[in-house]
Amino acid sequence: MIDKTVASCAEAVKDVFDGATIMFGGFGPPGVPARLIEALREQGAKNLTAIHNGAGSDEFGLGILFVSGQVRKLVASFLNRGKASAFHDQYLKGEVELELLPQGTLAERIRAAGAGIGGFYTPTAVGTRLAKGKETRVLDGREYVFERPLHADFAFIKAHRADRLGNLCYRLAMRNFNPVMASAAKVVIAEVDEIVPVGALAPDGIHTPGIFVDRVVQVERHPRHFVKKGGAQ
Amino acid sequence: MKLTREGIAYRVARDLPEGSYVNLGVGIPSLVPSYLPEGCEIFVHSENGLLGVGAAPAAGDEDPDLVNASVEYTTLLPGACVFDHATSFHMIRGGHVTHSVIGAIEVAANGDLANWQMPDESLPSVGGAMDLAFGVRNVFVAMTHVTSKGEPKILSACTCPLTAPRCVRRIYTDLAVIDVTPDGLVLREVAPGLDPAAVQAQTGAPLRIADDCREMDIPAGFGGVRLRA
Repeated sequence: MIDKTVASCAEAVKDVFDGATIMFGGFGPPGVPARLIEALREQGAKNLTAIHNGAGSDEFGLGILFVSGQVRKLVASFLNRGKASAFHDQYLKGEVELELLPQGTLAERIRAAGAGIGGFYTPTAVGTRLAKGKETRVLDGREYVFERPLHADFAFIKAHRADRLGNLCYRLAMRNFNPVMASAAKVVIAEVDEIVPVGALAPDGIHTPGIFVDRVVQVERHPRHFVKKGGAQ
Repeated sequence: MKLTREGIAYRVARDLPEGSYVNLGVGIPSLVPSYLPEGCEIFVHSENGLLGVGAAPAAGDEDPDLVNASVEYTTLLPGACVFDHATSFHMIRGGHVTHSVIGAIEVAANGDLANWQMPDESLPSVGGAMDLAFGVRNVFVAMTHVTSKGEPKILSACTCPLTAPRCVRRIYTDLAVIDVTPDGLVLREVAPGLDPAAVQAQTGAPLRIADDCREMDIPAGFGGVRLRA
């Protein structure tokens, strides 16, 4: 019998190694695998390369791994200047490397990795600082920049419901980067609000098929995954 | 007389046709939904995977799993749908989103847009701005005409790093509506009571005054909000 469920976040992340590349789903609080990230902080792997939309905040999400000094490089799109002060400090001191990408290029590079594509040409960023040093090519009269796929050793993702086969579904805006990241890493670990029996998820309501997922762990929602008075962040 | 930020949003909303799929940036563009014509079906797109975004929820009605691209709690209208990030950016980069209303630090006379990095900013951050500027056919800039120090934001050439070259179609400010054309900037409308020469004086690039240049049709207020400053 296939059983991808694991009992705890600690067990789910125990084989993350120093120097690993890890994708983290989420946009704002929805879809952030906050409990897996907390477990990784306890586990202690260092010199990590993180791939995430942003840098999280000092108290929540990816940002706590900058506070603990575990990240060496960040590949991201949107950096909230006020929220992730540990990341910001380390970036200014040159302790953390940043690869900044247009958000759509970030998503598409991850998608390309998951789909077995060796690279793609996009017009986004041509003629700007973010295309510096990248190969360009004119196709049908328009200039494009060549982008390579983004692979990872691990993907940490957050879904609403799962079954023991790894099938996942998301609520509303939780989905964001999670499905593409689930396709682009060697080991995919999902934290979910609820694990349900096989057959309980409707086949046409599954957003990430279990073929992409290696481990599933049921967690108590992080406090930031409840409504916060006075704004979501 | 100038428009308020809400006045700029009101004027932009007049130019969004029924059936359009519109992405709204942070700042003044985010105010547009309050001023869309009633009964007009326009779908608002949010980068994090929403199409059919509605108004902000009433206190107590927030859903923890439903935020917009500005990470504010939001709602969905009937007929809305949710999807993943790759699909969301297919809509932008593939040219399916019909309009992008976006803020700017600077716009050049040739349509160059700079809106992602101030010269003195220590930490660069781009988000979806480049994808929108390159992928969407109708890029509308909504911004104040000059900086808080009174310096022009519409220039002959941008001084800040570019988001995308030659992408802006139309500029909406508190003073004017200006089209970007192959022959340069064309002044289409001025704020009520304002002379075209006064707009030119606060613009860092030459404006050609359209033959049918007119005053904007903007009420003093709407729903209890002042549209004219």
